[in-house]
Amino acid sequence: MADLEFLARQGFAPDAGPPKGLPDEIPITLTINGERRALHVRPWTTLLDLLREDLSLYGTKKGCDHGQCGACTVLLDGERINSCLALAVTKDGSELTTVEGLAGKDGTLHPMQEAFIEHDAFQCGYCTPGQICSAVGLLKEGHAKTREEIREMMSGNLCRCGAYTNIVDAIEDVLAKGAAK
Amino acid sequence: MNRFSYARPGSVADALREVASSPAAKIIAGGTNLVDLMKYNVERPTHLVDVSRLPGLKSIEETGEGGLRIGALVSNTSAAYDTRVQERYPLLSSAILAGATAQLRNAATTGGNLLQRTRCYYFYDAAVPCSKREPGTGCPAKDGVNRIHAILGTSDKCIATHPSDMAVALAALEAVVKVAGPRGERDIPLADFHRLPGDTPEKDTNLGADEIILAVELPEARFAKNYTYLKLRDRLSYAFALVSVAAALEMDGDKVVEARIALGGVAHKPWRVPEAEVMLRGKAPDRMVFETVADRILLGAKGYGGNDFKIELARRAVIRALSQAAAGTPQSQTDKRIQ
Ligand SMILES: Cc1cc2nc3c(=O)[nH]c(=O)nc-3n(C[C@H](O)[C@H](O)[C@H](O)COP(=O)(O)OP(=O)(O)OC[C@H]3O[C@@H](n4cnc5c(N)ncnc54)[C@H](O)[C@@H]3O)c2cc1C
Ligand code: SF4
Ligand code: FES
Ligand code: FES
Repeated sequence: MADLEFLARQGFAPDAGPPKGLPDEIPITLTINGERRALHVRPWTTLLDLLREDLSLYGTKKGCDHGQCGACTVLLDGERINSCLALAVTKDGSELTTVEGLAGKDGTLHPMQEAFIEHDAFQCGYCTPGQICSAVGLLKEGHAKTREEIREMMSGNLCRCGAYTNIVDAIEDVLAKGAAK
Repeated sequence: MNRFSYARPGSVADALREVASSPAAKIIAGGTNLVDLMKYNVERPTHLVDVSRLPGLKSIEETGEGGLRIGALVSNTSAAYDTRVQERYPLLSSAILAGATAQLRNAATTGGNLLQRTRCYYFYDAAVPCSKREPGTGCPAKDGVNRIHAILGTSDKCIATHPSDMAVALAALEAVVKVAGPRGERDIPLADFHRLPGDTPEKDTNLGADEIILAVELPEARFAKNYTYLKLRDRLSYAFALVSVAAALEMDGDKVVEARIALGGVAHKPWRVPEAEVMLRGKAPDRMVFETVADRILLGAKGYGGNDFKIELARRAVIRALSQAAAGTPQSQTDKRIQ
């Protein structure tokens, strides 16, 4: 007979449901890429799973699901965070921007997206949405000015293809153009 | 992840009631450690108490005694870039920026950072025994893979380290943790906040299960000039410390008036040895003195095979950190070359 205790410890716990008498889903509102949405979420749903599984916004990627790669980076109230470690219910009322929301309504790409294309800052593209959202967050923070600082402040985004050099080039370019304005 | 109910109390009093409502209730702030551990079934709360919107815990304020009070919900980013922190407690700012990544620091809070749990691989793997996770089951790390484990203050029961960088700087700065519980508020000096594993490795800290961190208070600043946070790790960024050293010196001319040295990555809590710090009083900064101090700090250090290298690494890191602090040339957290 299967050792339920062992299976439970492995994470295959039979779903006992939430403690009795409590609502399964909790109503929240999120403004996602400019659109205000009334949603019902289970408290254990992460922001990343909400985006991908419930809202079919597949731009945000799941790499590690443990805060170790940055593929799931989104902008929450303008600040970059790892959406895999954020429970959606805890972000009720927030404004969320994903890679789908960076371009203008008319399809004009965000300068960071343009720069990534121009500098060939990706290969397979899996890490790219996270890289771009992270880089947009970096611009807003304003702490990175030199190449070295960009590298350090982008260390939360891994790229298995190793496109790092071109990613830094792209961000440096956008920073320089911003400074020239 | 197991199933749980969720509450978002509007006051500290309500939060304390929610926490007391179930023995398996758990507080969530930024979630960057708790959600990770829940995904591994290491933490299995039945009730989650979201403190992230409690009023009054998100600001940094003057204490009236010349210090600063950093609210428990202040993000690691906000604390690190606060101009008062940068000017008066640059050691703290530097240590925070040495940890994690921009994304994680944006979400991570001051209270959560202090209470983050060990990164011991066995602790994270719910399929194997671990006395910290399940009391009494044993410690496979002692005879297993223990490259990241402790060399000081270990016990038979557990050789885990506390992974926080911020806490190491707070230990050197002699911060005080302000907490609230069902019996009122109390202060816990940082030195007494984290515990050694002893016979109860399941207890990381002396915070009660029914208590909430309100803030961290820093005493009047003394070490804004001669300080450093030197963090050594397996890659240059986005990695936990193998060994780190927070060094702070108060100098009078070329003489040390007061010294504070705290080590990270070597024990179950930030490691300080006041007897070693006293040895620097009245001395001019000198490599020979630094060596004696380092030897004193590492007195009794013990390796478990995979982490034997940490003893010599920690010794050298202390010496290097003291020279950086004395010279007024703190380690840059961007340019990782060690001068
Ligand atoms: C990939 C990765 C790399 C990292 N690298 C580093 C690093 O190099 N250096 C470093 O120092 N850290 C590092 N971290 C850890 C990070 O700093 C912590 O996860 C973060 O500080 C925890 O804060 P939080 O607010 O998200 O805590 P949460 O996950 O919300 O909570 C953590 C714990 O604290 C408790 N808690 C939170 N707030 C309170 C309160 N006010 N009162 C009582 N209990 C409370 C919770 O119940 C929980 O047990 C890393 C994390 C990840 C995922
Ligand atoms: S070192 Fe501590 S946390 Fe790691 S396996 Fe041993 S008891 Fe568990
Ligand atoms: S998927 Fe979130 S950091 Fe890897
Ligand atoms: S482009 Fe392939 S992982 Fe970065």
